[in-house]
Amino acid sequence: MEHYHMNLNLKVWRQKNSKTKGDFKTYQVKNISSEMSFLEMFDVLNEQLITEGEEPVAFDHDCREGICGMCSMYINGKPHGPWQANTTCQLHMRAFKDGDTIVVEPWRANAFPVIKDLTVDRSSFDRIIQAGGYISVNTGNAVDGNALPINKDNADNSFAAAMCIGCGACVAACKNSSAMLFLSAKVSHLALLPQGEPERKSRVMNMVAQMDKEGFGACTNTGACEATCPKEISLTNIARLNSEYLSASLSADK
Amino acid sequence: MTWKQVFTSSVGKKLVMGLTGISLVLFLIVHAGINACVFADLANPNENGEMFNKAAHFMGSTVLIRLMEIGLFAGIILHIYQGYLLTLENNQKRAVGYAVTYKDGSKWYSRSMGLLGTLILIFLILHLYHFWVSARFTHKGLEPVTYNGVEMHNMFGLMKATFSEWWIIAVYTAGCISLAYHLAHGFQSAFRTMGVYNNRYTTMLTSVGYAYSIIIALAFILMPLSFKLGWIG
Repeated sequence: MEHYHMNLNLKVWRQKNSKTKGDFKTYQVKNISSEMSFLEMFDVLNEQLITEGEEPVAFDHDCREGICGMCSMYINGKPHGPWQANTTCQLHMRAFKDGDTIVVEPWRANAFPVIKDLTVDRSSFDRIIQAGGYISVNTGNAVDGNALPINKDNADNSFAAAMCIGCGACVAACKNSSAMLFLSAKVSHLALLPQGEPERKSRVMNMVAQMDKEGFGACTNTGACEATCPKEISLTNIARLNSEYLSASLSADK
Repeated sequence: MTWKQVFTSSVGKKLVMGLTGISLVLFLIVHAGINACVFADLANPNENGEMFNKAAHFMGSTVLIRLMEIGLFAGIILHIYQGYLLTLENNQKRAVGYAVTYKDGSKWYSRSMGLLGTLILIFLILHLYHFWVSARFTHKGLEPVTYNGVEMHNMFGLMKATFSEWWIIAVYTAGCISLAYHLAHGFQSAFRTMGVYNNRYTTMLTSVGYAYSIIIALAFILMPLSFKLGWIG
């Protein structure tokens, strides 16, 4: 693909902290290379803002190679920008043309309060994991990986669910701000493996209860989460979660 | 985990929507089937709604079916109440909205179940007023008719009289189109909510859902139209 440079108008959400009201500010960036990543373009913007004596835009990032789940940004009306199965850090500027206006917003959900600008607090996801996204293992040497037979389909589906990086794009994309795709990936990942069996019922019950407590909405199966997920977590996991929840509640002791 | 906790959780509330939704899907099959008896007129011009009137009489005079009617109303009310509750709650989960809305990832009718449900509800009130209230309580516009010595309501005649005005046909058609879109999402979504996750069933249920939505809506739209255009009655 041909290398080119572009000038862009950026409409960026600026918000001092969770208590204050934010609004959009417009910035121009010039001579942006089509080979830059979206976050590198933001680095250029921030250099520019610092030189001008303005506060740089706060945004989350870590690995910048699409595997950590730290970057967010709702770009032109889609979490992680226009590309499919992609994170913001792996979005490259060749997705845009010279003169484009790009609207950048933070993930918006009550359960993800804005910390500053484009940075949101996603610790609600951590608390959901703490409520049941683990397995119990005996202490001592690690068990041999092949000691437990697991059928190939379950192993594959479990791995596909475990691909979830917990970025929160599903919540950002959902009209109900539901965390069901995230939760269902975490529940499915363990429900499909024998290692997840001991806590199978309590896990799904506790994790759903925690999700509700955090203030996420209910799932209406619109599929927006699946369409925007950088790791292509399937909507099938949500149906599996419903099945896990139903069977756990039907077979509960009291 | 008590039953109350189960059914008031976000997943449990959706289970109620799914269960009542599927029961309403089953009801619509019966409703469309019974009403399709009006088309017996197409084959026999001297029929004059006899088959339909007899079927309606059977439905109205059988104790078991009257008991099931109570269940049906309970299901509808629960579906409407829970639907509005969920819509309201879900809408409150994002206090600050987006400047640019994400639309590409989902179908408009999947996102508009509350709106479509409201349109259906408006239609339903008019529809119940036309037929259910008249048949059960007021008997307004209902003539008696006798077949083999059994006197019954001439529901066929009431249909013919009701569907003589274009605005009523327009409202019924709009109601049925709303129903088709509501079902296009609701049918497959209900099964997913009930925990059907196997790909072999979800693909099948999605296709069956689309076919069901179109067939049910077309069958109901054809009835008022057939009366107005003089094909039957």
